[in-house]
Amino acid sequence: MIKLNRRSFVAGAAAAASLPMLASRASAADPLKVGYIYVGPINDGGWNTAHEAGRQAMLKKFGDKVQSQYVENVPEGPDAERVLRDLYNQGNRLLYATSFGFMDSAVKVAQAFPDVKVEMCTGFKPSSNNNLSNYNIRFHQARSIFGTMAAMLSKTGVGAYLATYPVPEVVSGINSFTIAARKVNPNFKTKVIWINTWYDPAKEADAARALIDQGADVMTQHTDSPAAVQVCESKGVPTFGQGSDQSAFGPTMCKSSSLDLWGAFYTTRTQAVLDGTWKPEDTYWGMKEGALDIAEIKNVPDDVKAAALKIKQGWIDGTWDVYSGPIKAQDGTVKAAEGAALNDGDILGMNWLVEGVDGTLPS
Amino acid sequence: MSADFLISVIITIVGASTPILLAGLGELVTEKSGVLNLGVEGMMLVGAIAGFAAVDATGSPWLAVLVAAAAGAAVSMIFAVLTLSLRANQVATGLALTIFGTGLSTLAGHSYTGRPIKPFTTIFPDVLAAHPFGRVLFGYSPLVYFSFIMVALVAWFLNRTRPGLILRAVGENDHSAHSIGYSVIGVRYGAVAFGGAMAGIGGAAFPLVLTPLWAEGLTGGRGWIAIALVVFSGWRPTRLLAGAYFFGLLGTLELYAKASGTIFTAVLPSEGWAALPYLATVVVLAIISASKAGGGNAPACLGRPFTPTA
Repeated sequence: MIKLNRRSFVAGAAAAASLPMLASRASAADPLKVGYIYVGPINDGGWNTAHEAGRQAMLKKFGDKVQSQYVENVPEGPDAERVLRDLYNQGNRLLYATSFGFMDSAVKVAQAFPDVKVEMCTGFKPSSNNNLSNYNIRFHQARSIFGTMAAMLSKTGVGAYLATYPVPEVVSGINSFTIAARKVNPNFKTKVIWINTWYDPAKEADAARALIDQGADVMTQHTDSPAAVQVCESKGVPTFGQGSDQSAFGPTMCKSSSLDLWGAFYTTRTQAVLDGTWKPEDTYWGMKEGALDIAEIKNVPDDVKAAALKIKQGWIDGTWDVYSGPIKAQDGTVKAAEGAALNDGDILGMNWLVEGVDGTLPS
Repeated sequence: MSADFLISVIITIVGASTPILLAGLGELVTEKSGVLNLGVEGMMLVGAIAGFAAVDATGSPWLAVLVAAAAGAAVSMIFAVLTLSLRANQVATGLALTIFGTGLSTLAGHSYTGRPIKPFTTIFPDVLAAHPFGRVLFGYSPLVYFSFIMVALVAWFLNRTRPGLILRAVGENDHSAHSIGYSVIGVRYGAVAFGGAMAGIGGAAFPLVLTPLWAEGLTGGRGWIAIALVVFSGWRPTRLLAGAYFFGLLGTLELYAKASGTIFTAVLPSEGWAALPYLATVVVLAIISASKAGGGNAPACLGRPFTPTA
């Protein structure tokens, strides 16, 4: 039994001060504080739900070695910088900014505080403090599976893509969907609508109706709520969810969903900070690394399911690449010749649409 | 362009216009009594989650409409007590009500995310809605017909009935109304409650009709459009109807124009289409305030707290 009175406390403190080894071990036991910002609510059933699931997986792994907090519904733009600074001031030294529109804010905060480490989701800019990494998932891999299924399920040969903003992540999804679909049906067309928001369920639903009314008989959406999936269910149009399994909203028509699995990434990078081995390096994982998967394929003919699973296996063992040439842009320019393929930089900076897309990029 | 296509467009326009029409009508009556309640968005969200929860629990969309109206009216009473009885600033309190309603609906809705409900569909027999033109008339949820009935009722009430005259008197000159024996505060409580109930129903139109799911911030800022519509309408119910459909039309046209591909986006870029409803609002407001008949129609006591002189 140690009796703690003022004298023994002072003595103990002096002893601790004279033993730097002990002192440093005491501070190492302080949990690492990890902050997250989300662009929408964590229970949107899509993008943000997937990130939150990843955060929870990371927390489960580290227990009391890590403390974490998140801020949801952070608007993209200058306000994100305020929120990130606030998280820093509350002691968070590892920050995950989980949406493209946070990029400039994330870079500013990384430049302002050399002792913070920032992980910027879907971004591409570096920090001069060497303390910012970009990370992303190869979302286009799942889109190529859906494109294949869409072309096999479509009767009209017209598919629809409900798009948000012309950022590379969305553009490469549209291109991957279209290329894969045209490998099945060379005349397949993808109608694209840009709704200029990630999250407005009523507008997402109306946009889905507009696309279906204009002749699309398969659809995939890149927005954050399952509203479009519901519209497809009511109109009998096959569709695919994004981010997490959305089949509850389309029990018969939601054929599969892309599953963003951020947990492995968050665990790996947080571990690197705990080990002191963290350094800025861009991460671009896909199905092979377990960062992306698709939900169970339901209510499709066996040949459609088999074709989908074949492509998934192709991504995993590296025998399939949707972006292997020949690839032509809308205006006919060759982006990848026969035998060549687009590289990661091309995909992460994609700002052109492939042949077969009916629609233009908003400038 | 086929008839089927046009009919689909019309149905989408009606769907988009109904919630803002319902909420706008409520706000119009509230403002006619001299009270400016900027909490419409918050009351809509409370109505939306209350309506969703009621369908989820009972399966009855009719009951859900009643529950949504009651919930909207209940939160509007917080505003009424603060601004009418305690004479707090109406603008600040209304903004606070929006923030409160948004937060409350998020909290209450937490366990409802990821669960679909059955939508509130047409009440007419399928035979009537089978023909395309029948669909234009009979293909909607009952809330659409309710909104039309309410436009007529509110117009009749305000312009043709004695209680309506009293309500307008309270909004135009509270001290005169008070001096001839009308309860200014009582009338305003009633008007605020009506505004809350209508906003609640307008909010419930989202989970009941448009997107049969619960998601945070489901109304997407349309409460603010409803408030703008009231000004836009010059405080006239029939013009509010036109304004709501004008907004619904522009918002829907934007989506159909974009979905049609290159033709429309070549004329006007996608962001231009998105900005169109707001540009149109500015233009119409400018025209209205420039014309003699339209401007100056705001209730004279709008936003002013009433302190009875003994």
